[in-house]
Amino acid sequence: MAIEKPYLDIPGTIVFDADQARLGYHLNQFAMSLMNADNRKRFKADEDAYLDEWGMTHEQKQAVVDRDFNRLLALGGNIYFLAKIGATDGLSYVQIVSSMTENDADQHAAMMIAGGRSVDGNRYLHEWEDRP
Amino acid sequence: MSARIAAALFMSHVPAIGVASDLGKTEEPYWKPLFDGMQPARDWIAANPPDVVILVYNDHGNAFSLQMIPTFALGMAPFYEPADEGWGPRPVPTVEGHPALSAHIAQSVIPAGFDLTLVNEMTVDHGLTVPLTMMFDKPDAWPCKVVPLAVNVVQHPTPSGRRCLELGKALRTAVETFDDDIIVQIWGTGGMSHQLQGARAGLINAEFDNRFMDDMINDPEVLAEVPPVEYLREAGSEGIELVMWLIARGSMSDLAGGGSPGEVHRLYHVPASNTAVGQLVLENGTVTA
Repeated sequence: MAIEKPYLDIPGTIVFDADQARLGYHLNQFAMSLMNADNRKRFKADEDAYLDEWGMTHEQKQAVVDRDFNRLLALGGNIYFLAKIGATDGLSYVQIVSSMTENDADQHAAMMIAGGRSVDGNRYLHEWEDRP
Repeated sequence: MSARIAAALFMSHVPAIGVASDLGKTEEPYWKPLFDGMQPARDWIAANPPDVVILVYNDHGNAFSLQMIPTFALGMAPFYEPADEGWGPRPVPTVEGHPALSAHIAQSVIPAGFDLTLVNEMTVDHGLTVPLTMMFDKPDAWPCKVVPLAVNVVQHPTPSGRRCLELGKALRTAVETFDDDIIVQIWGTGGMSHQLQGARAGLINAEFDNRFMDDMINDPEVLAEVPPVEYLREAGSEGIELVMWLIARGSMSDLAGGGSPGEVHRLYHVPASNTAVGQLVLENGTVTA
């Protein structure tokens, strides 16, 4: 019998569960490796060569090269590990986080100062059906 | 005499708060209201210093990779160095542990049914060091010892609220059977509402957060039944960190027949970077015989 996952109907959200972790293990371990300064240097010098050292899928590698964080989440990435890719690029958390939304970093920071994104209209997938 | 838990503290551990302190930005308009708001907690702890803090927090992919995912990991070491999270280690003091209390906790809590993972060597990330900064500012050395208790709230399933509250109760028994006349505080950290990922990132739910603090004070047994999905939906994907507050709350004496806790300090502030900040100081009530 399948495990019930009531969190699958939260919009704009990929919950990092054991199944996602299974898909993303090598992707997240690659990202973890960027905590080491020498590894950051080698990655920046030749991204493709460095990525080939890890047992990642082609899709995962391409999404890293594209810095497509939403895609990386879907492919099993976890944000705390993925953030280390952003850190390697010299990005702040606000820059990394905003890149996954409709806002740029300045708009995102302004939204946060204004109290953040409201939960109203953002609880269930069906509430997002009419979004452009 | 034995050890006693004098108070439980609850607070967010947003990394940007640590950065603001480390870079001397606390007087800037963005940060000043938050740091001013935390001052009463700092004044209180200066007058009520703990010998040891059991600090409940989560690692954020720094000390632990995904190679192993312990649900509850208890630090056993004499020292813990601040982790390099990719921007270099925070310029804060080394954290001094209390191995004897750690060993006692393991020997009390595991037989009581909580299968802790015991960790003899680990670094500690912002989840542990930011609360120390929030309470103690920038000392040359931290003024107390720390027993780290790292909880997995990164990879689901996480422990339930009920499990966390019950672990807190077991920790109270452990501390109160430690034959050393020391004052212990238990800190539950993380939260409040925030979401760092996906198109819904930036979510803040002040109503949820404030109700959570009300229930944390007055109704923890009911709060412990809130399922993980409600945190995820209402408080954002990273809002699940709030279950860790229940471990600290479970350690308070009112849940074992003592008096009601006394509220010393309560703060709520939005935002710190992407996150809502909450801070709560509750003193254990005196036992009414």
